[in-house]
Amino acid sequence: MSRVRSDYEKSFRARFRRYISGEEELKDVDYMPLFEKQIADERAEDEKATEHYLVPPIKDPQEDARLYAEYSGIKWFRRLYQVMAVVLCVAICGVLIYNIAFMPGFGSADSPMNNGVSERYLEKGEEETGVTNIVTGLIISYRGFDTFGETHVLFIATIAVMILLKLRKDEKPVVAEGEEEGGDIILTTIARVLVPMIFLFGFYVLVNGHLSPGGGFSGGAVMGAGLILYSASFGFTKTAKFFNEKIYDIIKVGSLLLYSMLIGYNLFTGANGIASVVPLGRAGEILSAGLILPINILVGLEVACTMYAFYALFRKGAI
Amino acid sequence: MIVKIIMLLLVLFLIVCALGAGFTKNLLVSIVIFMSYSLVMSIIWMFLSAPDLAITEAAVGAGVTSVLFFATLRRINAIDARDRKEEKHEPGKE
Repeated sequence: MSRVRSDYEKSFRARFRRYISGEEELKDVDYMPLFEKQIADERAEDEKATEHYLVPPIKDPQEDARLYAEYSGIKWFRRLYQVMAVVLCVAICGVLIYNIAFMPGFGSADSPMNNGVSERYLEKGEEETGVTNIVTGLIISYRGFDTFGETHVLFIATIAVMILLKLRKDEKPVVAEGEEEGGDIILTTIARVLVPMIFLFGFYVLVNGHLSPGGGFSGGAVMGAGLILYSASFGFTKTAKFFNEKIYDIIKVGSLLLYSMLIGYNLFTGANGIASVVPLGRAGEILSAGLILPINILVGLEVACTMYAFYALFRKGAI
Repeated sequence: MIVKIIMLLLVLFLIVCALGAGFTKNLLVSIVIFMSYSLVMSIIWMFLSAPDLAITEAAVGAGVTSVLFFATLRRINAIDARDRKEEKHEPGKE
């Protein structure tokens, strides 16, 4: 991007151009003294401006000694800090690389990972939980308690970000004028094509979590990314038409409560050996695997809300 | 054999990306390199037959995390301030 200088008309180049086009006679002027005067003026100005910044030298010898001790200490500390940082980094790298040498080979049969537990999951998983994608069965059913805790971690993380970044009612949003409404033509055109596909794919991954790779977390993350793309390209006001704070609150809290109830039921019946009233169905169908399908959808909603909430809070300080 | 060669190339790219993301001075470029790192990582998950992780890595690592980084950079005025000023500058008006 070219800039036009404010003093372009007076400059040598402009005069030369005019001379070439016959508008002006080129005078035989020596330009150097002109610039020398300017430089001298500027220097004098600088000196005048910085005059009162000069600190008078310290006369008190005690004070002088104290300052010397303090600053030399900091210098010494800085030097040690740099050396120690490098040494520590190299040491940690060395320890980690040394430890890798003792790990079992990738996919070797006698590694501790290949004990009876995973074998049992693979053999009995489909029969006990009704899923064809064992990973989801493991996450939601066998290790359901872990996933339950993770979802709560997401919830608490959103609340923490909200406490930090949410604006008070009298505060103005940080988004600059004109920036909020998106409206970039490339982004809008691409988003119009991509957003429905992303949402569809996210929903597919969510609902098919017990049949094909994916599940609550993956599908929710994809849907959250789609929501972020939509609000980035069309602006927050358009997004607020179908996803405002009220709807966000309902989805977030409602899905977490429902999820807690379902997983509570699962844990209660499982711990007491009571048969669940929800039928497992035939493996491979959409409506099968008992409570895993609704739990997947609820986890996905939770994750999508978390993703979008992070983005919205970072951008404008509200949802 | 061919799978092994592709894996090797991907892992090399991964290492280059990891070093590049750390050593780049420009924060914006660093984030873009980090995005490509996540993308290659998701392909590697696919090769290691972990499609669940691949989907999550592509959505979270390459998508949402980078967007959050960009939003943070915008928030602390680390990008765009200078570019936008030059856009508004119209030659010949001064």
